Amino acid sequence: MQGARLTASNIACQRGDRLLFQNVDFALEGGAALQLTGANGTGKSSLIRILAGLLPAFAGTVNRQCAAALLDERPALDPHLPLGRALAFWQKLDGPEDNQAMRLGLGDLLDVPVRYLSTGQKKRAALARLIGQRAPLWLLDEPLNGLDSRGVALVEALAAEHCRGGGICVIASHQPFTLAGIARLDLRDFAA
Amino acid sequence: MSILVALLARDLKQLLLGGRRGGALLPVLFFVAVAMLFPFAVGPDAPVLARTGGGVLWIAALLAAILPLDRLIEPDLELGLFDQWALRGISEEAVVAVRVLAHWLSFAPPLMLAALPGAALVGIDGATLRTVELGLLLGTPGLAALGVTVAALTAGLRGGAALGGLLVIPLAVPLLVFGAGSLATGGQSGLALCGAVSLVLLAIAPFAGGAAIRAGRG
Repeated sequence: MQGARLTASNIACQRGDRLLFQNVDFALEGGAALQLTGANGTGKSSLIRILAGLLPAFAGTVNRQCAAALLDERPALDPHLPLGRALAFWQKLDGPEDNQAMRLGLGDLLDVPVRYLSTGQKKRAALARLIGQRAPLWLLDEPLNGLDSRGVALVEALAAEHCRGGGICVIASHQPFTLAGIARLDLRDFAA
Repeated sequence: MSILVALLARDLKQLLLGGRRGGALLPVLFFVAVAMLFPFAVGPDAPVLARTGGGVLWIAALLAAILPLDRLIEPDLELGLFDQWALRGISEEAVVAVRVLAHWLSFAPPLMLAALPGAALVGIDGATLRTVELGLLLGTPGLAALGVTVAALTAGLRGGAALGGLLVIPLAVPLLVFGAGSLATGGQSGLALCGAVSLVLLAIAPFAGGAAIRAGRG
């Protein structure tokens, strides 16, 4: 995880013919965390997708020198497969990982088809996939949605561990996210 | 390489078993059903059936290949799988190429097997059946490539499945002309051209499909 680095310079984002934000500028080194805040529709998710390289920025450049892992509202797990096998598919691509299922409270759910899982359980499953990818940069889009208070504490603990290990976290969330040394960036300040 | 094998294994499982969306059996049953209905429609005139049966099998195969269009790309796009693959550096082109192969494996061999009872139902002779089977062997890879490309183009659109079917039909005309046309002439040239069209479609599919998926992202 050494040398993880993410720089965004003068990013602007346009959806349709509406300019959502402009001149977003930051640099994150390994161990840093950044929370993107702002009301619905200010472009938090769009910025996450721009950082991931999935959406072209309208202006500006993103310089990302490490692999990125994305957690958004879609768990990216086959709905009709049992959870264990759905996760095993990603393990085949990402390499084997010490099983995080117990810690994430998924131990009893590995035989349950993904489509029967609740919103919070799906989020936990997606977290297992995210951890398994072992990417230095975590891009978390509303990671706390649908989680109970223990789940929220768990995500905060996982993010803290990731940063201690030299990783970078970028978290888009309108909910408070407790993490030591987290910087905050309110997209309303950059609205065009 | 192991990544492509893992993708192919998943695609095959999805397309053969199909979960709740119906697996590889559905196109085959559709194919046999068309072959069965044809004699009812034109009547039990053996010479007419024998003369037109090969072409009917071709049309049935073309229509059967359209059935799985809506589950080739769309479900994975909705689940966010393409985004996760992109983050892992797996290009859309590679995913689409693997999917063409998986799609072909899941519908062409079963269809070619089903052509045996199909041939009996429309009453064509052995030599014609051989030409049909050869034509299907050469033409179905092109159909698979076309199907995946169109599925990628229409994924995410409302009514994409119906639109996809309409798009495939005119684009599949060259395959039909050369593949089914070889039945009338009895020559090898039609089959060779059918294979050539297939190769062109196979060459285009990963790039056109990959570009369509990237363009649809947002």
